[in-house]
Amino acid sequence: MCEQIRIVLRNAGNINPENIEDYLKNDGYLALAKALESTREEVIDIISSSNLRGRGGGGFPTGLKWKFTMQAKGDEKYVICNADEGDPGAFMDRSILEGDPHSVLEGMTIGGYAVGAKKGIIYIRAEYPLAVERLKNAICQAKEFGLLGENILGTSFSFDIEIRLGAGAFVCGEETALIHSIEGSRGEPRNKPPFPSTSGLWGKPTLINNVETFANIAPIILNGPDWFRQYGTKNSPGTKVFALAGDVKNVGLVEVPMGTTLREIIFDIGGGIKGDKKFKAVQTGGPSGGCIPIEYLDTPIDYDSLQNLGSMMGSGGMIVMDEDTCMVDVAKFYLQFTVDESCGKCTTCRIGNVRLLEILEKITSGNAHLEDLERMISLSNVIKNSSLCGLGQTAPNPVLSTFKYFEDEYKAHILDRVCPAGICKNLIRYEVIPQNCQGCTACARVCPTQAISGELRKPHFIDQTKCIKCGSCYSTCRFNAIKIV
Amino acid sequence: MEKVYEHKLETFREYLESIDVEGYTDEQRKSLLIQILHKAQENIGYIPTEVQKLIAQKLKIHVSRVYGVVTFYNFFSTKPRGKYPINICLGTACYVAGANLIYDEFKKFLNIEPEEVTEDGLFSIHPVRCLGACGLAPVVKIGEDTYGRLKVSDVRKIIREYTSKENQ
Ligand SMILES: Cc1cc2nc3c(=O)[nH]c(=O)nc-3n(C[C@H](O)[C@H](O)[C@H](O)COP(=O)(O)O)c2cc1C
Ligand code: SF4
Ligand code: SF4
Repeated sequence: MCEQIRIVLRNAGNINPENIEDYLKNDGYLALAKALESTREEVIDIISSSNLRGRGGGGFPTGLKWKFTMQAKGDEKYVICNADEGDPGAFMDRSILEGDPHSVLEGMTIGGYAVGAKKGIIYIRAEYPLAVERLKNAICQAKEFGLLGENILGTSFSFDIEIRLGAGAFVCGEETALIHSIEGSRGEPRNKPPFPSTSGLWGKPTLINNVETFANIAPIILNGPDWFRQYGTKNSPGTKVFALAGDVKNVGLVEVPMGTTLREIIFDIGGGIKGDKKFKAVQTGGPSGGCIPIEYLDTPIDYDSLQNLGSMMGSGGMIVMDEDTCMVDVAKFYLQFTVDESCGKCTTCRIGNVRLLEILEKITSGNAHLEDLERMISLSNVIKNSSLCGLGQTAPNPVLSTFKYFEDEYKAHILDRVCPAGICKNLIRYEVIPQNCQGCTACARVCPTQAISGELRKPHFIDQTKCIKCGSCYSTCRFNAIKIV
Repeated sequence: MEKVYEHKLETFREYLESIDVEGYTDEQRKSLLIQILHKAQENIGYIPTEVQKLIAQKLKIHVSRVYGVVTFYNFFSTKPRGKYPINICLGTACYVAGANLIYDEFKKFLNIEPEEVTEDGLFSIHPVRCLGACGLAPVVKIGEDTYGRLKVSDVRKIIREYTSKENQ
């Protein structure tokens, strides 16, 4: 049985997030005081030897990023907190900001001291009004207590934090796009290098980290790198917060040490699959990630192991899928998201993904040929190799990973013209099982097209020419008398 | 409608004037754009060309730049919506259950075309893709409220509920 370890979520739910004194009582801002008594180099050394890696998805070593930003030449520097959490189904950062806003402010302030910045900016989605409120309130209180603003804790170090709202564009989570957005431009990514650590906001050296990364800073400073490294794996120490969702019994946030297996998260903590159905796959990494099948449930998860499986850590969304899920349909769902959110700068991402989506639609409607699969793979590789930012480079992952592990399912759609999971509308039929039908008329009453006929207490019948395959009868029938074929 | 709009515009103008950009660098001024657009969207409900021009003047940038940003982000719209946007599902299940009759009735009763707003600014009509509530077809979503299994005769009743709520 595996245990949850709460480092990032240490306070969330236990303290009043609107009262700084609650945070202070729980060792709040002690780490900042300790950092200010050390040199900048010492602070960065602690973060470096803790081996903390960025929680925004890429897993870049945080200490190294801080060091680069500190060493970069520039009279002004900035610290940015990336709170643009855009993956569908992910809400880790929101919970941290709403439940423990000071932990993020403290982490940012320590970062500002270490790299030599005076100004911090939190870029947060406009869809999170409560988190914005709590942050504003926390910033005010921190200023009153002399923990933000001029001469923090009586030292010569001054640091201020400002909030900027996003405006509903997923690609703005990419760091260079985010910076363009703060500058008041369209949120289009640019080529790297130069990295933000040397040339970021207004061309100045900029430290940009994710919410969860910042929330890890204070405990590391306070307890030391060895304490942190006792959790997790050698290459990815510490914990990770996941948003567990989908066909699993207990949905919600979990914080576990890196290296916990998927099985432990889904079955021990998540309680297994809803309705005692069979597990089929788990999706991690959102639209950039992939689907992992049952064979790999015992993989200890960290940045590298997930990448080896063709998926991603991403920001921590974890969607569990049961046997009734069609993997081609899932790939289509994520690709539709990418198509909607592509910024349009690169041809391969803007047009290539639309063409890729068309191939998937051809497959799910039963009109594809085997050659389409080859085209799908080669187009996927072109998109991966020639798009500018992470959005385009990872967009085909949901397609490639589902094809890798569920090739049979793709082939069934093409060769047998059936959708084994019974999801793709063009490839299924709803039929009444006369032996089970009690003639209760419930289905006939919900059918929007009056496709179902039959007398009371006699088996009913579905007219296939009228049926639009909406599934209403299937979910209404209490006698399991409607089957998908 | 005109009056309501003028009033909202005035509120926004006042806000715009209250921002002091004296002594700001070009960069600092430009970076205010998205926050100002948020305010315009909040005050007026959308961001018409006229307002884009005002903002461009204030920030000393070309209006095409403002337009480029407005159209990039999903949060901003260039057309008004009513206080109660009426989203009518025209997905297959709703369509065959008579959603188009409901749609016509809304248009006739409110005397507006799709994407237009009524004179009192209360309602606008938006045909939408499947809302995923096929069992309740035909479905209409007004603001955050969902109405299912609608009949043509329900349309007037529902609209009156909203107008009488407004008049209280
Ligand atoms: C399309 C795209 C979306 C992203 N979205 C987010 C996001 O929502 N939140 C986040 O922290 N990082 C996001 N990132 C990663 C950031 O670019 C950046 O690597 C991260 O903020 C760095 O912080 P970290 O080192 O603390 O992880 C995204 C990257 C891409 C390519
Ligand atoms: S890969 Fe896609 S989202 Fe990224 S810059 Fe190119 S077009 Fe824009
Ligand atoms: S699937 Fe929908 S349309 Fe078809 S018979 Fe059942 S209720 Fe009627």
